[in-house]
Amino acid sequence: MLLMLIPLLSGLAAFLISDDRCRRILLLAVAGIHLALTIAALVVRPEMLPGEWFGLDSLGLLFLGVTSVLFMGASVYAVKYLALEKRDPGEDSDEGFIFNNEPEPVFTGCLLLFLAAMTAVTASRHLGILWAAVEATTLLSAPLIYFHRHKRSLEATWKYLLICSVGIAMALMGNLFLGAAGLRSGLALDLGSLLSNAMSLDQAWLKAAFLFLFVGYGTKMGLAPFHTWLPDAHSESPAVVSALLSGALLNCAFLGILRVAQVCAAAGLAGFTGDILILFGILSLMTAAFFILAQKDYKRMLAYSSIEHMGILSLGVGLGGGAVYGALLNAVSHSLTKAGLFFVSGLILAAYKTKQISEVRGLIRRVPRTAVLWMTGFFLITGTPPSGIFLGKFMILKAAVSGRHYAAAAAYLFFLTVVFAGMGRIFLDMTLGEAAALNEAEKPFKASRQMLIPAACFFACVVLLGLYMPAWLNDIISGARDLIIGGTV
Amino acid sequence: MTTLAELIIVAVILLNLSLAASGSLATCIRLAAAQGVIAALLPLLAGHGVPSGTIVFCCAVILLKGAIFPWLLTRARVKANVSRDAEPVIGYPASIILCLGAFAASSWLGTRLPLPETARVAWIVPASLSTIFTGFLLLTTRGKAITQVLGYLVIENGIYIFGLALFVEQPLMVEMAILLDVFVAVFVMGITIFHISREFDHIDTAELSQLGDWYPKQSGGEK
Repeated sequence: MLLMLIPLLSGLAAFLISDDRCRRILLLAVAGIHLALTIAALVVRPEMLPGEWFGLDSLGLLFLGVTSVLFMGASVYAVKYLALEKRDPGEDSDEGFIFNNEPEPVFTGCLLLFLAAMTAVTASRHLGILWAAVEATTLLSAPLIYFHRHKRSLEATWKYLLICSVGIAMALMGNLFLGAAGLRSGLALDLGSLLSNAMSLDQAWLKAAFLFLFVGYGTKMGLAPFHTWLPDAHSESPAVVSALLSGALLNCAFLGILRVAQVCAAAGLAGFTGDILILFGILSLMTAAFFILAQKDYKRMLAYSSIEHMGILSLGVGLGGGAVYGALLNAVSHSLTKAGLFFVSGLILAAYKTKQISEVRGLIRRVPRTAVLWMTGFFLITGTPPSGIFLGKFMILKAAVSGRHYAAAAAYLFFLTVVFAGMGRIFLDMTLGEAAALNEAEKPFKASRQMLIPAACFFACVVLLGLYMPAWLNDIISGARDLIIGGTV
Repeated sequence: MTTLAELIIVAVILLNLSLAASGSLATCIRLAAAQGVIAALLPLLAGHGVPSGTIVFCCAVILLKGAIFPWLLTRARVKANVSRDAEPVIGYPASIILCLGAFAASSWLGTRLPLPETARVAWIVPASLSTIFTGFLLLTTRGKAITQVLGYLVIENGIYIFGLALFVEQPLMVEMAILLDVFVAVFVMGITIFHISREFDHIDTAELSQLGDWYPKQSGGEK
């Protein structure tokens, strides 16, 4: 598949190119080609051959599309970001020590390889390959998190590597259990044959497999209580990387869970998987809500908001029915919004040189354009209409009530409100508030247009999604929903 | 040949116990490597008529786990200049007892999750589960970054025992992809350990505790 090979090869090439300008153009070009190919795949809808290891069904295509769009935005942002970082490399924002950055070729190379791995995740039709690709995303993104070479980012990288690797090892065990479930009927791990023969799988082994896979990919996805790596990694990595981790990588891990849920649904275990998904979804919402309330660091706050949204996705898929559509819509909108917010947070960090919420005041006066985007992002992420997130959240609520999951619905509403209140306080304080007087010597940071536009575009898309759902997107999301619920091939 | 395979299973379990009991990093690296190599022999003995692809694969595993991983880890250990593990959270005798308990529990679980008749070797499931548990024990109770990587490797050994004894007929490509990932994982972790030791002058992960929401951030005081 061309989609994977291009970023793979160019990623390898990026390690070797020593000229900055060349490498940045390469990054942009690959992102553009990847997006174009993805759109082509959307239009043509390539045939899937049974037994093939790679192929794009609606579900894969949906997540591939999101990844590709995000990567495009991220690379536009990254080019400018890298140029800025090159000019004045780092004084630490919170403790004020000097550190070096990672060599730029390594960063760009890993970024492109990371894209290749995520593409492989979305396109894989074999659970073994899916596993290998998810693990590859972990390993390739570790150097990205460690872009700023200092103690805290190192700690974050170590936690990320270890927790995710062990989590993913659990998923491997789950894969083997799934193999054991199909051993009697001689099934391998490719999705097509698993789905069409799901009824002949051994139920006890299948349940064990789902648990292990859920824990494994759930760790990667950031579901509580396996989320502990996530706030650290998101807060310490550069804004571009946080945006990709949160917007694209978490979705990829979620896709892993969805694939297994598909198999379980086909085997008639939808009730079993649904309960687990609902339970951990609510748990994640709860964790995120509490930690957002007491948050002191705005990037960590965004990270917890990601955990909240992963909880919502899990809840939505667990509830089934109309909620699945809502969850998928929410996944798309959350990715775009959160990526945009992380981009903006990078600009705030550049302007104020601190991640402490208490020290960022008066954004609206100091960096008005950034402030407007920051507040827009807040309204979108908390699900204020009109936005795709609002629609998604509302559909999930509706399905919860009509499916008589009253307790889940009540908890869901309560925690959403808590999150809204907690984030509202933080965002308002940061935007309004009394700005500290600028030091005379300090040159005020001015956000370049190139770094604002990706976020603005993403936000505009999410608002549009709330107002108007294009027919082709509706087709894909409905197709993906049918895959999850029906467990058909 | 199954008796030989069962002998291997016994050896794996004994190695688990000695891993739990040992505090010297060099010994731990060697023990984990030995476990990996012994486990890699398993698919060669368990089946009849081993396909040539499997032989190649097993050789690759033996090379990786018996030579490359120990070499990488030893290099990291020498660079970081540590020979003994920090005092574990749970003492060594307690670790051994925990390991034995885990073995008993896994044996019980093994009877609850019966394998289809095609499985050839008895005690596969208990051995693999107890190995995974030992890995977790190393991962959570030991203080040095290297022991944590070892824990990860031991977990991987456990999974491998389960996997290869069952699925000799899995497509080779998938196995290779998995193996490649594990290799890169250890490689990246090795590099990270190197960075940790340079940045902090030690590799005690217990002191990697600046990030988090439970504790207020300590200002100053650390190196």
